[in-house]
Amino acid sequence: MNTEVATTPLSPAPGRAGARSGTRLGDTLFHLVCLGGALVVGVLLALVLWQLFKGSSLALKQFGWKFFTGSEWNPVTDQFGALPFIFGTLVSSGIALLIAVPLGIGTAIYLTDLAPVKLRQPMTSLIEMLAAVPSVVWGLWGLFVLMPLLRASIYPLLQKWFGFLPLFQGPIYGIGLLTSGIILAIMILPIVTSVSREVLRSVPNLQREAAYALGATRWEVTRIAVLSYARRGLFGAAVLGLGRAIGETMAVTMVIGNTPFIGWSLFHPAGTLASGIANEFTEATTDIYQSSLFELGLVLLGVTILVNIVAQAMVRAFTTAETRQVA
Amino acid sequence: MNLTMTPEETKTAPRGQADHAGTAAPRPQSKPNAAATSSPAAPALSVKNLSVFFGKHQVLKSVSLNIDARAVTAIIGPSGCGKSTFLRSLNRMHELVPTSRVEGDIRLFGEDIYSKSVEPVIVRRRVGMVFQKSNPFPTMSIGENVVVGLRLNGVRNRTVLAEQTEKSLRMAALWDEVKDRLNAPAISLSGGQQQRLCIARALAVQPEVLLMDEPASALDPLATSKIEDLIRELRKDYTIVIVTHNMQQAARASDYTAFFYMGDLVEFGPTAQIFTSPKQKRTEDYVTGRFG
Amino acid sequence: MNVTSSNHNIRKAKSFAMNGLCILCAVLVILPLGLILFYLIQKGASSLNWAFFTGLPKSAGVPGGGMGNAIVGTLELLALASGIGVPIGVLGGVYLSEYGGERMNTWIRFWADVLNGVPSIVWGMVAYALVVLPMKGFSAWAGALALAFIMIPLVLRTTEEVLALVPRSYREAALALGLPQWKTIVRIILPTARRGIITGILLAMGRVAGETAPLLFTALGNDYWNKNLSKPIAALPLEIFNYSISPYDDWNRQAWAGALVLVAMTFCLSLSVRLFSTGRFQKNT
Repeated sequence: MNTEVATTPLSPAPGRAGARSGTRLGDTLFHLVCLGGALVVGVLLALVLWQLFKGSSLALKQFGWKFFTGSEWNPVTDQFGALPFIFGTLVSSGIALLIAVPLGIGTAIYLTDLAPVKLRQPMTSLIEMLAAVPSVVWGLWGLFVLMPLLRASIYPLLQKWFGFLPLFQGPIYGIGLLTSGIILAIMILPIVTSVSREVLRSVPNLQREAAYALGATRWEVTRIAVLSYARRGLFGAAVLGLGRAIGETMAVTMVIGNTPFIGWSLFHPAGTLASGIANEFTEATTDIYQSSLFELGLVLLGVTILVNIVAQAMVRAFTTAETRQVA
Repeated sequence: MNLTMTPEETKTAPRGQADHAGTAAPRPQSKPNAAATSSPAAPALSVKNLSVFFGKHQVLKSVSLNIDARAVTAIIGPSGCGKSTFLRSLNRMHELVPTSRVEGDIRLFGEDIYSKSVEPVIVRRRVGMVFQKSNPFPTMSIGENVVVGLRLNGVRNRTVLAEQTEKSLRMAALWDEVKDRLNAPAISLSGGQQQRLCIARALAVQPEVLLMDEPASALDPLATSKIEDLIRELRKDYTIVIVTHNMQQAARASDYTAFFYMGDLVEFGPTAQIFTSPKQKRTEDYVTGRFG
Repeated sequence: MNVTSSNHNIRKAKSFAMNGLCILCAVLVILPLGLILFYLIQKGASSLNWAFFTGLPKSAGVPGGGMGNAIVGTLELLALASGIGVPIGVLGGVYLSEYGGERMNTWIRFWADVLNGVPSIVWGMVAYALVVLPMKGFSAWAGALALAFIMIPLVLRTTEEVLALVPRSYREAALALGLPQWKTIVRIILPTARRGIITGILLAMGRVAGETAPLLFTALGNDYWNKNLSKPIAALPLEIFNYSISPYDDWNRQAWAGALVLVAMTFCLSLSVRLFSTGRFQKNT
């Protein structure tokens, strides 16, 4: 039987060069296109740094280091010091961490060691759904549900019991540092919980068994064999949460009050780097105003990148070491 | 009498700190019940009709045997025969698997360890365990690892802890090698040393029985022989049950041997007899290397 | 060393208490989800009507009107952003998986991870500088670009991870048959990994659908239907934001409705991701 199968010569015959080099051309083109796609990542990084530096060049030149130490942010007099926004970012993120890290680690312990097996996946999915709620929706809820509740019931109690601390003194507006910290905590809970859970899961079972075999109670096993073993990874999870909290914009903008503020009272309205930009960007009438906002963005970018790199390195170092050991 | 300390027992047993000075022998000597009134050959552990299930799968089928006190009992058999499950049922470690279920009776010096009023935590303090792969706590130093069990039980006195550290490390034949670096991290030790550290850690809480799940399988021949020497020494004071897939090791180190196959206890007897004149054909086939 | 009963009971009690605390933590973590769904439905469901979905916003203080243009605007922006971001991300992921060397890949992955951590408002500023300033006006293009910036590193990483799961033997079989590499990838590898790639795209879309910050000064918002992509465009998250912080009750009420619609959209996307991804990987392993 004569089957017509064209045998392609190994080396291109003259005249047939089109076929082979056509394939080679296709390969090369595709390779280049894909390479381009990958390099876009580098381009984006360069782009973001370049544009932010460019946009903030005016403010950088005019204020120099005083931008970071200046505590006055006054668009009217064109005086821009970023310290109030740095303060607000640090305090609200700090509050968020104080709440979210213990809750997240506790939940992770529950999901890894305590919960009935059938419950684990559904609960994990529920927590992931929490992460899917958009920031602006949290802000809406925070503004209309959480804030009035806090202002009416919780904050007055706090002031009554702990009013001797300057933290809880001062007029209660409802919106402010503490409220934004609480909303931030809710928003970073999913990532802190899920990363902590991954970290705890990678603790080898052999460690737990060693503690059980000594006659340890369930909590003692968690304390000795799991938590102290996973310290570094859990710290990484907390820092990841911090990175997320620092960059969070909308929910914070809606409940923090957007007032440049440095002070002791947690009830006072304040502003974060992100909320400052969100609030004032469209109103920046002068060049120096807009440039200062760009510089806020630059600070925000720098801090978030740094924190995220550190956090990812910590978590990665921990989990890869563990999977290598177990394997 | 159950394993939760009754008020009478707490009065006779010294509280916490004073005990260190006395006995090298484990507690059974001082207990009013158990061995004292029975014959000298009373078993440390008596197992009757033990069946263990994981879900629907039955891993052990109605096993009965008696483990003598102050002797080494080896558990041998091919992979999957249930020897590790058997060992773990002796200190209720299989309960860490949620689908596990146990039928039958296990008594530690006459006390039912599966009774409703007994907590696993107490059983595991009295029946210690050393694992196949050494597992010292990496965030603790050598010294901290040894006394972690004691600390859990509320012992705080530094002198007591230091003495117990030395005693346990000596019993594990590790003292001379680590006495100058008790603060070094536990993972800085070699594999064989880590395993001996785990043995010291288990001994520090003064268990009555020591279970060893293939303790030398991850070690080189030199370290293995050190462990075997150690087992021979420990036999004077402790009841030891050791699971091993290495028949020569069983022959060298144990007084009694139990041969398991597919969840059944095929034969149990003095080691010499099992290896030279086994009663069951399957035992003979296994020990002569025809399968397994 | 004997177990003193008082010590044992303390240990037992402590274990019980700490475990109870952990359960409490889990409850507290899940609670906000329930609360938010409850309030969304309670406050927003009653405002969902035909007029809401199809109508345009009324002037400030005038009751009624809807968010039709915002819903459509969000869909338009999603489509535009995906059109820009998905091809770049997928092709980049292909590069990492099929062509890239060890060193290059490590760098690109690192940069992509860094980019994933950039706050979204910063992307808005970049799009502002790149598009709004030169065009001297806000536009849908600017908004779409800002969203695309967010999508690219996401899609790139997920595509790479999915492609890595395709068994090596597929590639080797195709190459052994004489297929050129690009055809192998386009005709065989990509279709095999199709489900996982789509999952990644849906995830990225879900993420940017809810983003407000990058649109604040790029797309800006619009009270009317957008007929020209070079003009400002309304978007659902933007509308929710503006309505929430306004002093008008009617607008606040509509903000809840809009939020309900937005959450429904993102949840649907998440759900379809879950449904999509459970089938594929079982088949591949």
